[in-house]
Amino acid sequence: MSSEWPLWEVFIRGQHGLNHRHVGSLHAPDAELAIRHARDVYTRRNEGVSIWVVRSADISASSPSEKGPLFEPSNDKVYRHPTFYDIPDDVGHM
Amino acid sequence: MYAQMVKTDGKGIKPDAEMTPEERRFQARIDAGEKIEPKEWMPDAYRQTLIRQIGQHAHSEIVGQLPEGNWITRAPTLERKAILLAKVQDEAGHGLYLYCAAETLGVSRDELTEALLSGKMKYSSIFNYPTLTWADIGAVGWLVDGAAIMNQVPLQRTSYGPYSRAMIRICKEESFHQRQGYDIMMKMAQGTPEQKRMAQDALDRFWYPSLMMFGPSDKDSVHSAQSMAWKIKINTNDELRQKFVDQTVPQAEYLGLSIPDPDLSWNEDKGGYDFSQPDWSEFFAVLKGNGPCNRDRIEARQQAWDDGRWFRDGLSAHATKAQARRAASKVAAE
Ligand SMILES: [Fe+2]
Ligand SMILES: [Fe+2]
Repeated sequence: MSSEWPLWEVFIRGQHGLNHRHVGSLHAPDAELAIRHARDVYTRRNEGVSIWVVRSADISASSPSEKGPLFEPSNDKVYRHPTFYDIPDDVGHM
Repeated sequence: MYAQMVKTDGKGIKPDAEMTPEERRFQARIDAGEKIEPKEWMPDAYRQTLIRQIGQHAHSEIVGQLPEGNWITRAPTLERKAILLAKVQDEAGHGLYLYCAAETLGVSRDELTEALLSGKMKYSSIFNYPTLTWADIGAVGWLVDGAAIMNQVPLQRTSYGPYSRAMIRICKEESFHQRQGYDIMMKMAQGTPEQKRMAQDALDRFWYPSLMMFGPSDKDSVHSAQSMAWKIKINTNDELRQKFVDQTVPQAEYLGLSIPDPDLSWNEDKGGYDFSQPDWSEFFAVLKGNGPCNRDRIEARQQAWDDGRWFRDGLSAHATKAQARRAASKVAAE
């Protein structure tokens, strides 16, 4: 039979309460072993306190050709950033 | 370096006028320092060259475990044994990061493994030399990992996103490798006269093969020019070799060991050492498969692959059955 183990994407939460972050991928026969492999491959130096794995085939991704329509609309909305507004120094920190 | 003499498909850099609009846009993105990500458009030659380069790099990490693995059972102390195990385990991890990066380009893990076993893909020439004494383990960490670091640090800035990210992870782990090697060399060099002789002997045998790791001079190579334009190669082989020599000579002096090169001398004008080239005919013979350990290395990989088959298949069968069982019990419950 000899077919390849499926590919999994690995997400790790670091020590300081940040979000799980994508760190890479690996092959494993099932979720349980994917987590064990992820422990060995991606957390040899205390990189994490929690691991998520998900089959790569189950991830839907935006396509590079949609970059414009998806992300350009936010470019011209400068008023979403605090620096858009001039607050006089006299007002103090805001 | 771990990828030696990687050929591009083209005949060098295409003049701007001959590029298609897509190719021109692609080159502009690279020139602007943007990263190229897996699903984005890329020239086929870029993709194929990267598969060869990252694949060769991955194979080197994996095969590179063998000369060091040779000493795990015979490390002189429990501490040295634990350190060497951790180091070799890191190299396995490096291989895996890189295989995953190569796979994002559309080649499968099994295809890469088969290309290594059949000899279609190469790994670094350095791993075809034997590790005869414990001092060799020191020399490998100090010189071989040292040379690898020289090459890998600039590659963190490479244009292909997954490759660059793998390099960043790898570089974080490498400096421990080099330092533990130098630590072994210090112990040996400060030890009994016999230990010091072993350290000198290890340096004598690993010096020129380490210089070969960077590959022959490529200042006139069309392949290298293309790879540099694509930012999948950052420095020329000679630049990296020079940096390596300049860094290593004072380290050898500190150990009280001598570099086996009678023509080695400081060149004030260039601010670096003049040194002898390795024997390039030996390098080509080793690449062809005629180094001291080529056959052993591939046999060991082949045996690991064959012996592991029942295990890989068994776990796959278990996963399939468990999934069927879960599906059946879900139906029963409905
Ligand atoms: Fe490595
Ligand atoms: Fe290493």
